Amino acid sequence: MKKPKRLKITETLGFLTLRLCMACVAMILIVIFYDIITKGAGVISWDFLTKPPVDGMTKGGIFPAIVGTFFTTIITALLSVPLGMGCAIYLNEYAKDDGLTRFIRMSIRNLSGVPSIVYGLFGVALFVEACHFGTSILAAGSTLGLMTLPLTITASEEALKTVPRAYREGSLALGATKWQAIWTNVLPYAVPGMLTGTILGLSRAAGETAPILFTGAAFFLPDIPNSILSQFMALPYHLYIMSTQHHNIELVRPIAYGTALVLIVLIFSMNLMAIIIRYHLRKKGIAHG
Amino acid sequence: MANNIRMKAEHVDFYYGSNQTLKDITLDIYDHAVTAIIGPSGCGKSTFIRLLNRMNELVPNSKLEGVISIDGESIVAEHMDPVDLRRKVGMVFQKPNPFPKSIFENIAYGLKVNGQKDKGLIEQRVILSLKKAALWDEVKDRLHDSALRLSGGQQQRLCIARCLAIEPEVILFDEPCASLDPISTSKVEALILELKKDYTIVIVTHNMQQAARVSDFTGFFYMGELIEFDKTEVIFTRPKDKRTEDYITGRFG
Ligand SMILES: Nc1ncnc2c1ncn2[C@@H]1O[C@H](COP(=O)(O)OP(=O)(O)O)[C@@H](O)[C@H]1O
Ligand SMILES: [Mg+2]
Repeated sequence: MKKPKRLKITETLGFLTLRLCMACVAMILIVIFYDIITKGAGVISWDFLTKPPVDGMTKGGIFPAIVGTFFTTIITALLSVPLGMGCAIYLNEYAKDDGLTRFIRMSIRNLSGVPSIVYGLFGVALFVEACHFGTSILAAGSTLGLMTLPLTITASEEALKTVPRAYREGSLALGATKWQAIWTNVLPYAVPGMLTGTILGLSRAAGETAPILFTGAAFFLPDIPNSILSQFMALPYHLYIMSTQHHNIELVRPIAYGTALVLIVLIFSMNLMAIIIRYHLRKKGIAHG
Repeated sequence: MANNIRMKAEHVDFYYGSNQTLKDITLDIYDHAVTAIIGPSGCGKSTFIRLLNRMNELVPNSKLEGVISIDGESIVAEHMDPVDLRRKVGMVFQKPNPFPKSIFENIAYGLKVNGQKDKGLIEQRVILSLKKAALWDEVKDRLHDSALRLSGGQQQRLCIARCLAIEPEVILFDEPCASLDPISTSKVEALILELKKDYTIVIVTHNMQQAARVSDFTGFFYMGELIEFDKTEVIFTRPKDKRTEDYITGRFG
């Protein structure tokens, strides 16, 4: 009767350790939130959300940065969603398992490991210079789009894999062409799952600073951008400026926290949207991912 | 029975990668008759019938040798499009695979992908197919409910109706009753006997009584070879090969 008792203790201890790990992670998140909310909530007001910065960015709001991040994220989505989904469809439905496919997959894996600052430099070379986009929303959004591409592809492929093979075969057996089978009987069940992964990727992109640093984000602009070829202010970059580059960092600290709060709320609501989509799908019994 | 030959397999070898799954299969499929394929698990029954509608060419690295023909023409002939072939040679799978759409949409699906746009005609055809598949009375009041809510047996008859809607000439059944209860099984069997009047049927089955009940011809597959092929009554009463006899008397399998 000795052994079971020891086993029980081991189990209790093991369980406790795991719980502690979990509690640590939750704590970190709670502390970050608490810190940002207590220090940032005070400056949030209608004016803060709808007015540009004034008086050497010591007063006013962050409206141009919100608009900048919004439109950059749209460009990011326009680039990475169709390209990523297309790539995933090709890889999952059409590609033969040969050398070329393996090479493509390897490239995607490696792309997701490239540091974001390197994407920034690449964005300068490709979009700002070679494509003549200049430093602009278009160049920065495209750079972020490239950066999220590996995630979009992987998530979309996972979503395609959850669609049972029986749907494809059943469709083909009824005389559908391969494309018809994919379009009418695979994609409708995969797209929501694809969107979930894609939104998570976009929310990551929205919070990035390095890739937009050289490709279009501006230190200060009094007005909101008037085209996608304009420079822009962005929330993460504004936060970086306010906390490290401003001539009076102590004075603008509340504004920095307010910016952080807005950014984090934006990103969390994107993630929440992804979770809600997934939840609805699970209920319908389509997505499993 | 003086039936005409509808489909023919001649010296068919089939490989998954380097594994030879079918060896020198030569077999005739007669018009307006039910041909049963029996044999132990893994002997290549599914592989064989999936060759008849070119479903297996989707498997990467697979290879077919020999000739399979329909009405005297090779199914891989230049002008023979796999999509056209599959419209002519329908298939019902082992596990009922209704799409997550309404009952109506499931059956209309095949018509729609084949370019049928006439709503009235689609509706007519959906109703007719459900009637032919002996499912109409059970679902006529809920055509727009999800097909996933039907019972397993109803789902399988829905899949049969879906197949009938595109008006195939040959229907391949791959163990259609494997996942059904006895009552659903007898309904599907009755349906197959009914369909025999209008269609040429090939049915893979695990169940010897089923083969005896529904089929006119039976082929016994064993380890990738066609051991014996004859009229069903001959196979079940006077098999020529010892292995066939052992199998049908339940000594292995
Ligand atoms: N897609 C596939 N790839 C590789 N091997 C397969 C595939 N499908 C079936 N096989 C193999 O081929 C053999 C015959 O399988 P199958 O035709 O499904 O047998 P049955 O339907 O008689 O049970 C089995 O050994 C099986 O493992
Ligand atoms: Mg089988």
